Amino acid sequence: MAKTRIEATINGEPVEFLCEPRQSLLEVLRDVLNLTGTKEGCLTGDCGACSVILNGRLVCSCLVLGLEVAGATVETVEGLAAGTELVPLQQAFLQQAALQCGICTPGFLVAAKALLDSNPNPSETEIRYALAGNLCRCTGYDKIVRAVMDAAALMRQGQGRASSPMQGREA
Amino acid sequence: MHEFSYHAPTSVNEAINLLATHGAKARLLCGGTDLIIQMRAGTQQPSCVIDAKRISDLRRLSLDPATGLFLGAAVPCVEIYQNEAVASRYPGLVDAAKLIGSVQIRDRASVGGNLANGSPAADSVPALIALGAVARIAGPDRERTVPVEKFVVAPGRTVLKADELLVGMQIPLPPANASSAYLRFTPRNEMDIAVVGVGVAVKMSGEGCLEAQIALGAVGPTQIVAKEAATYLAGKRLDEATLEHAGRLAAQAATPIDDTRGTAEFRRHIVSVLTRRALLATAARLRPNHSGN
Ligand SMILES: Cc1cc2nc3c(=O)[nH]c(=O)nc-3n(C[C@@H](O)[C@@H](O)[C@H](O)COP(=O)(O)OP(=O)(O)OC[C@H]3O[C@@H](n4cnc5c(N)ncnc54)[C@H](O)[C@@H]3O)c2cc1C
Ligand code: FES
Ligand code: FES
Repeated sequence: MAKTRIEATINGEPVEFLCEPRQSLLEVLRDVLNLTGTKEGCLTGDCGACSVILNGRLVCSCLVLGLEVAGATVETVEGLAAGTELVPLQQAFLQQAALQCGICTPGFLVAAKALLDSNPNPSETEIRYALAGNLCRCTGYDKIVRAVMDAAALMRQGQGRASSPMQGREA
Repeated sequence: MHEFSYHAPTSVNEAINLLATHGAKARLLCGGTDLIIQMRAGTQQPSCVIDAKRISDLRRLSLDPATGLFLGAAVPCVEIYQNEAVASRYPGLVDAAKLIGSVQIRDRASVGGNLANGSPAADSVPALIALGAVARIAGPDRERTVPVEKFVVAPGRTVLKADELLVGMQIPLPPANASSAYLRFTPRNEMDIAVVGVGVAVKMSGEGCLEAQIALGAVGPTQIVAKEAATYLAGKRLDEATLEHAGRLAAQAATPIDDTRGTAEFRRHIVSVLTRRALLATAARLRPNHSGN
């Protein structure tokens, strides 16, 4: 099948790529654009490892066709950190040891970002519901939830996305 | 996935023409939360995929004081529950839209796709039926309408012909003394398929029920309208004995099967419990000091 040239904005940068109809956005990100931060788990929308933000909404990139993103804005886990500077969410995941094998982590980070973008002060219950589409087989979730609460608190204290690690926190 | 051609028409006519050319080998794509999974599994192998999301009619969500709500087939669940005017008038639809999958799924999945997919467990369908929704279908020469309760004919099969598409659902405006609710039973709180779903809409006068609609999901090959229970409720006070009896009548209308997710007997019991609770929830929403949904 012929490939189509697609233009989209990915992590703030204009990107062009060639894509077949049968390629998912997940395949495009990983195999065509080399953005391998987005993970493949189930390919059925159940695990959330492939989560990205498409036009401001959290979606499973395994359930989006690459061709659908023509003209769209996509944010992946690679877009979180500014260079080597981690954002509060990433810092909090490290601090709380909210990851073990790490395969679920990019999906959790992106899903948590989507939550905090719309709700800067979520309750624990809100966090658990917002992350229900992300599965983790290692951590038991509590540390992830705590990390998101910490990150939200850090961000409310006015630490912007470019804040340096650990600032304003007790060790 | 297999090979197919992809089209993103911008009008219903263009989509209809594509259907005319590709016939039964074409499939509409809205949120893809059913279709892409089915294509990956090989259970659906359309040669032509028609993305419906650039067709403005199918993306339209509009509330009209005279005709009620038009819900375009491709509108994702998130746009329904984030719309306060819609949420306040159609709480039963919002209950269902909030229950489907996870955030990732609801940000993409449409109610139109939920209906067109034809699953007996689809959460939005009992809610739509209780609210009196009518499906608007476009075909080569004309548009036709079919009440949602008649839209699904068997698991995975609908009244849509190969050259037709679902434009959206028209839902009458409930009067001020009416409300609705959808409840489902699942073993887990989130991310699970209904073992039983019950949608109700009730018109009340004080504590008395003037009129009721009750629709059941996941307890038969297609959604079931619990007519006897609804008829029984008309003109009654919603006291404990009445609710019990309405629940029993609804359970009698169900035709569940035994499967790994629950026995037929268990499902019938849950129908009666959820019917009672959904009626109570609906009545509570109509009390003057009720806040939120
Ligand atoms: C992880 C996960 C969890 C889920 N949880 C739930 C749940 O809790 N409750 C529930 O009810 N569902 C659940 N679902 C299924 C639900 O997401 C779908 O049924 C969804 O609502 C379908 O809408 P869509 O826009 O994604 O449709 P698509 O997948 O794009 O389409 C679905 C089907 O309808 C056809 N179709 C779509 N639009 C039209 C049209 N306009 N005209 C004609 N045919 C059309 C398509 O060709 C396809 O066959 C879940 C799915 C996943 C992946
Ligand atoms: S890989 Fe997409 S949800 Fe699991
Ligand atoms: S850290 Fe291993 S799956 Fe989450």
